[in-house]
Amino acid sequence: MDNLLSFSSTMLYSAFILYLIATFFFGFTIRDNKKDRQEKSKAGTIGISITIVGFIAQLTYFITRWMASGHAPVSNLFEFMTFFGMTIVLAFIVIYFIYRLTVLGLFALPVAMIIIAYASMFPTEIAPLVPSLKSHWLYIHVTTVSLGQGILAISFVTGVIYLIKNIDQSKRSKRTTWLEIIMYSLILFIGFIVATTAFNLMNYSATFEYPVGNKTVQTEYTLPAIAGPTDGVLLSDGVMEPLFETPGWMHGADAGSKFNTLLWSFLVGTIIYGIIRLILRKRIGAAIQPLLKNAKLDLLDEITYRAVAIGFPVFTLGGLIFAAIWAQEAWGRFWGWDPKEVWALITWFFYAAFLHLRLSRGWHGEKSSWLAVGGFAIIMFNLIAVNLILAGLHSYA
Amino acid sequence: MKSIKCECGHVNPEGTVLCEACGKPIEGNQHIDGNDKKKLLNMRYDGTARRSQTYNKSIIDKIWSFFSSVKVGVWLIVLALIASAIGTIFPQQQYIPIDAISRDPAIYYPETYGILGQIYYQLGLHNLFSSWWYLILIALIGVSLVICSLDRFVPLYKALKIQKAKRHKTFLSRQRLYSESDEVSEKEKEQVIQNLKKQRYKVRIEDGHVLAEKGRFSRWGPYVNHIGLIIILLAALLRSTPMFYTNEYVWVREGEQIVIPGTDREYFIENKGFILDVYDENDERFKDAIQKEGRIIPSNFQTNAVVYKQSDDAVAGSETDLEKVAETEIRMNHPLEFDGYKLYQSGYQLNEFSQMTFEIQEMPEEEGAEVESFGEFTIDLINPQSEYELDNGFTVVIDEYFPDYFLDSNGPNTETQHPRNPTFIFNVYPPDTDKYETSFVGDIIGAADSIGIDTNSVELKPMGEVLGMFATNLDATGENEYQVAIKNMDFHRVSGLSVRKDSTLPIFGFGAFIFMFGVIQGMYWQHRRIWIQPTDKGIRLAAHTNKNWFGVKKDIEKVIENTNVKMVEDQQELDE
Repeated sequence: MDNLLSFSSTMLYSAFILYLIATFFFGFTIRDNKKDRQEKSKAGTIGISITIVGFIAQLTYFITRWMASGHAPVSNLFEFMTFFGMTIVLAFIVIYFIYRLTVLGLFALPVAMIIIAYASMFPTEIAPLVPSLKSHWLYIHVTTVSLGQGILAISFVTGVIYLIKNIDQSKRSKRTTWLEIIMYSLILFIGFIVATTAFNLMNYSATFEYPVGNKTVQTEYTLPAIAGPTDGVLLSDGVMEPLFETPGWMHGADAGSKFNTLLWSFLVGTIIYGIIRLILRKRIGAAIQPLLKNAKLDLLDEITYRAVAIGFPVFTLGGLIFAAIWAQEAWGRFWGWDPKEVWALITWFFYAAFLHLRLSRGWHGEKSSWLAVGGFAIIMFNLIAVNLILAGLHSYA
Repeated sequence: MKSIKCECGHVNPEGTVLCEACGKPIEGNQHIDGNDKKKLLNMRYDGTARRSQTYNKSIIDKIWSFFSSVKVGVWLIVLALIASAIGTIFPQQQYIPIDAISRDPAIYYPETYGILGQIYYQLGLHNLFSSWWYLILIALIGVSLVICSLDRFVPLYKALKIQKAKRHKTFLSRQRLYSESDEVSEKEKEQVIQNLKKQRYKVRIEDGHVLAEKGRFSRWGPYVNHIGLIIILLAALLRSTPMFYTNEYVWVREGEQIVIPGTDREYFIENKGFILDVYDENDERFKDAIQKEGRIIPSNFQTNAVVYKQSDDAVAGSETDLEKVAETEIRMNHPLEFDGYKLYQSGYQLNEFSQMTFEIQEMPEEEGAEVESFGEFTIDLINPQSEYELDNGFTVVIDEYFPDYFLDSNGPNTETQHPRNPTFIFNVYPPDTDKYETSFVGDIIGAADSIGIDTNSVELKPMGEVLGMFATNLDATGENEYQVAIKNMDFHRVSGLSVRKDSTLPIFGFGAFIFMFGVIQGMYWQHRRIWIQPTDKGIRLAAHTNKNWFGVKKDIEKVIENTNVKMVEDQQELDE
């Protein structure tokens, strides 16, 4: 059992490394010398091959973990986010074979890697299933939603590439600022990963006691407490006293520690962003832009739309229809206005609006790209923030 | 109705932008689709005459035009999106947590969220999703769906049916994908046509003019999925009537047999036992996670239930002449179904009190001192009496009884009428006197919680004889001579079951199926058309698709391979 589980973890780790290597090969394909076209297409082929091997490694992780735990590994935040990373890679592979666009790999794989690394920061132990999750619909529902979101994520990737290429970086504008905000947001995830890993290596731990309703519970902080739990008392010695308390309106399970983690992500992410800016001496968007000389805007726009067109039905099926069927089986009502449900509906509304706006002239190109980014922001909000801030049936992990 | 005759001879209805047959732009109507300012033709609805774009006189015309606008539709979606997001800022009333300060929204929101909570509550946002304006918003989306679809579907259907292979030359040259080839031999033309057929295009030829078309059915996808959505909205409307939807909740004690609410007293349920299984904390697989969680993790909630139906000739509600309908285990995710009803495992009480035994004692001088007993009495919590007379002349009157006791700023209160945490105010009358002493006794659950017992997953039954020692026992005056101590108690388990009958489910399912069908039809296929027009020695080639231009270009590349036909140029005007 332990062997199987450690093999499974190794496979996930290998997949991550392979994605990283593949990214470098995709990076090679956008080099700006026209002479070695052949070499470039070779690099693209190697890149996609390594990506596929990585995907198979991750699939092996998934299957062996399933065997070890006895249930599909999509039951907590770590497992679910990891799976989401995998569906992004799958969606990328499929889209790659339709459009043969190598620059996509250079951006899609890092997004998937950030998400997988982010996932690994959460508890990775195999957790038992509570009765409400014991259903075949757990994996039917979760895998379908995740696949839909993975495909939709590709529209975010092409949208970002479009924006980086298209936005005039010669002077500062609202558009350059918003593009930097997107870059900065991605770096916040890296900030989170760096902070968590650093303090994990130091074995940092501080225990707090705080009231929930009329009970007192304990929580362990693995990052120094900037924000302590609401009305919390620090029990450990020789660790940092919290600077302030988590506001009381944050209601997810263990909100204090999660909010603290968020603060650390901002802190470290901002530092990393600052360092990058100091090195580049220009906006990140401006630094990447010259690399995209050969990318074709209309093709990027086409893929953005296509990814939404393919992803939307899958998301609807998994996120609304399968979700409703399961809710009916488990609770006797297929729809209950739980925050996660509502945000799935909001996601659906958003992409429905996107598809309708595509009918009118004037919403193609850059506007579509901004919308694709907005849609992904909503998806990530639903994945992360709803569990953190809003109480509800889905506030696991 | 004014109709317009095109030079090709086809008679078009008023408001037509592009001739239904040959596609020639009709003079005077080009502003409707914005073609007058663009080089390319707007092919969205093939330039058909839509009611919304044609008539704008009567009030009905205006309402029709309003709702048929995609812009209005998108705005409605965006408004619904924003409203829904607002509904998740704070929990909706039904999701106020059980351990909240108060379940009363008037108290809960301002107490928990301050002034913003107060505003949220005052605006009724705590019941946003059942508010009249949210429902109206959804209804307006429904209206928009119907009108949008009708406005476009009928003319588009007609136009695509009427369309001719022989098109006006400006129709071709103003397509996004277009090329002119000067020298193309007959043989090459034939080859192109064969290639088109190989690509599974349906090819029509009129006087040498070619129309190759595939995937037309995908054009109906949007209208099909809109029909699905309308069915879902109608189902939601039906569900709001009691005829189609029953929603009840019932608590059944172990061993108890009671009528199932919402069934016209026709069905009875017997609880043969409630089972709570938990994960073994030494389980190899899960021990790390359980340890980290630091609490007991349940693995199964189960009620062993028997459902009886009254035979038809019996008096309603009487418990004679019952026949067994079902006997099964109801578990989470495994509801029991009988005669259209479903019973869901929805809650449980491991520790509902069935009886409590009290002892009247002399008030101890100091903590733990030996005390004299003045007799015992037992309260059956399912049928409590109002007073208990002891053999030795003591009388105990129940002054107040809180079956499910809790304490808040308004003093002692009861959460429900179920004996889940019975607490009493006793008036104790010693023998031969009218004077009484008041004692406040109970809150066993509070006591168990405070010594660290998780009363939701641990059975208290084996601890019945000792738990009383930790109970609250208050003497309001401080002058009492006697105290009422809890000697013993007994518990039973209770199952909470939801009772549902939802006749709208098949309609919802059907609507969802139609929606998925339509959305896949519209999204995963595309309507591609390629036109070929003979010129003196060569041809004109044009193509249109409703999505996936990349795909149609690839088709054309394959079709013209090894011929003199020039590849189409993409004339798309980027709008920025």
